[in-house]
Amino acid sequence: MPKLHIDSALCSGCGLCQSACAFGAIAVAGKRAVVAQSRCILCQGCIGACPRKAIALEAEKPDSVDSVHHKGVWVFGEMKDGNPHPVTQELLGKGRSLADDLGCKLTVAVPGLDAARYSKTLIQAGADEVLLCESPSLAQKLEEPFAELLAREIGERRPEIVLIGATPFGRSLAPRIAAKLNTGLTADCTELAVDPETRLLLQTRPAFGGNLMATIVTKNHRPQMATVRPGVMAPATLNSDRRGTVRHAEYDVAYSAVQLLQRIQEQTDSDLSAAQVVVCAGRGIGEKKNLRLVRQLAQALGGTYGVTRPLVDLGWSDQSRQIGQTGWSVRPKLLISCGVSGAVQHLAGIGGTEMVIAINNNENAPIFSAAHYRVVGDCVEILEQMLLELKARHN
Amino acid sequence: MKIVVCVKQVPGTARVPLDPVTHTIRREGTRSVLNPFDSCALEQAVQIAERTGAKTLALSMGIADTELLLRDAISRGIDGGMLLSDRAFAGADTLATAYTLSMGIRRAGGADLVLCGKMAVDGDTGQIGPELAEFLGMAHVTQVTKILAVTDKSVTVKRKAEGESQLLQVRLPALLTVVREGCVPRLPSIRGIRAGERARVPVLDANGLGVDTGRTGLAGSPTQVVRTFMPQRESEAVSLGGSAQEQSTALISLLQEVGTYA
Repeated sequence: MPKLHIDSALCSGCGLCQSACAFGAIAVAGKRAVVAQSRCILCQGCIGACPRKAIALEAEKPDSVDSVHHKGVWVFGEMKDGNPHPVTQELLGKGRSLADDLGCKLTVAVPGLDAARYSKTLIQAGADEVLLCESPSLAQKLEEPFAELLAREIGERRPEIVLIGATPFGRSLAPRIAAKLNTGLTADCTELAVDPETRLLLQTRPAFGGNLMATIVTKNHRPQMATVRPGVMAPATLNSDRRGTVRHAEYDVAYSAVQLLQRIQEQTDSDLSAAQVVVCAGRGIGEKKNLRLVRQLAQALGGTYGVTRPLVDLGWSDQSRQIGQTGWSVRPKLLISCGVSGAVQHLAGIGGTEMVIAINNNENAPIFSAAHYRVVGDCVEILEQMLLELKARHN
Repeated sequence: MKIVVCVKQVPGTARVPLDPVTHTIRREGTRSVLNPFDSCALEQAVQIAERTGAKTLALSMGIADTELLLRDAISRGIDGGMLLSDRAFAGADTLATAYTLSMGIRRAGGADLVLCGKMAVDGDTGQIGPELAEFLGMAHVTQVTKILAVTDKSVTVKRKAEGESQLLQVRLPALLTVVREGCVPRLPSIRGIRAGERARVPVLDANGLGVDTGRTGLAGSPTQVVRTFMPQRESEAVSLGGSAQEQSTALISLLQEVGTYA
């Protein structure tokens, strides 16, 4: 049975692993850390915390995998109201570079008949093959018929990698497919690369609720599946010289368990993914009423505003404005970050930003590691000053 | 009608401070709590039970003291609890967890409706719900904001989709994952606390559950963590110092330079 092993020759009894364990499964006794195996859930949070690399996971893993029979990179080409979803072009950009590294084909699987007229664009964006999936059951965008159809195609054609956009739909679709294929799925990857030796997909995402990143692999199962949030990867550039093929797959999937009764449009003023200028408020804004300053600066700069997760948790703002791993991923030209400490989950949502200006009163705040300009000071005071000055100039 | 609510014990703090000297995470003084999204799933289940007389069960996979969370769920109106606990379940990724939970639900005699939180705040994946639904052969709907109607045959729900809300009718059995917005979980009642203390909460291990241990825990997890690291500092940022007024002036000149503000 797998268990945590602490090398007592390396362990100095510093206790960092004890602090890192959220389940109280590690204690320092006699200047050595010991594990209470019954409390340990093998989350491996302590392994990265140990400065002496004394902690390891003892496990036997089967290493047989039928990986030689799996070839190719697949991207799910999500559509939104008849057009390709922006995330599709982002996945094609990443998928193309992975396929080049592996020396294999890139296939984009798109549902529905309307997708046919986008075949050329999808090829120009990097696809070698466009797979048009047609079925009457795909007329409504519901997860199960999509999952059924894609799982069948993937099972038959056996790609080694499948990427799906972490849109609300993709986040619901991808796990359904992974369970059908009994394979691994890594959510919300911020980096994807191929290990040149093993050909494994290195899937990197924020982990353990701390300021750590984890690289995850799916060693013995195929395909290796990952989701990527919209806005995280750079969109593919179109190349009109690219050539590719189009293939049709027709399915007759009967499906009636879920029925869409009504769609209710919501106002989209808080669509942050396309904003060019974003002003973001964090806990350092101090009080709910100070959000007004952030809104005003955003307005003065012709941009929009967002908040971090703690402000949503405090009820100061709606979740629809949250920037970070579980909210929007933004890639504006300019981000002004006000009183944001910069948890790794937040940083995961601002990775594509061209210029980050960070204002924070703690000079050690992690946000400064992502910043191009650092302003150490009280963000409320500085925002008030800026608004005054902008107003004066305007007059 | 039978409703099973899947719940998870998570670390008490969502934000874990870094040790400034060693750059490692410090979790001192944290304690384990119920995943906040799951408390909304429990509340929804109790509300449905109040309307329809459904039987409710809270199910969790976790270490032995997760039993306390299940007793707490009972004190808030859930009828019973069941804990799946075994060393062979440790280190599970979402696929192995979903498999184990599906076996728990089968063991409990199945369910007409399964409720989960939209995601757990420690993992943030939101994958368990759809994977579990697949293993149970049920339909699923994620990000449910409202359960509008429940009959013996179907539920009608409102869910959050991209840029819109949708009204869906879902044939039972089905699994729903619920969001936190608009949810106020009830407090335990005095009677509930007593019921929670008295309840028999069965704890099932791998043997008792009859699972294939090749599909549970670390051994049954297709994904594995191969490396953890601190995000790299890209380059030294340019500092804008001085008083708030000086900083403000410097910022506005900078905005003018980059053409954001003319």
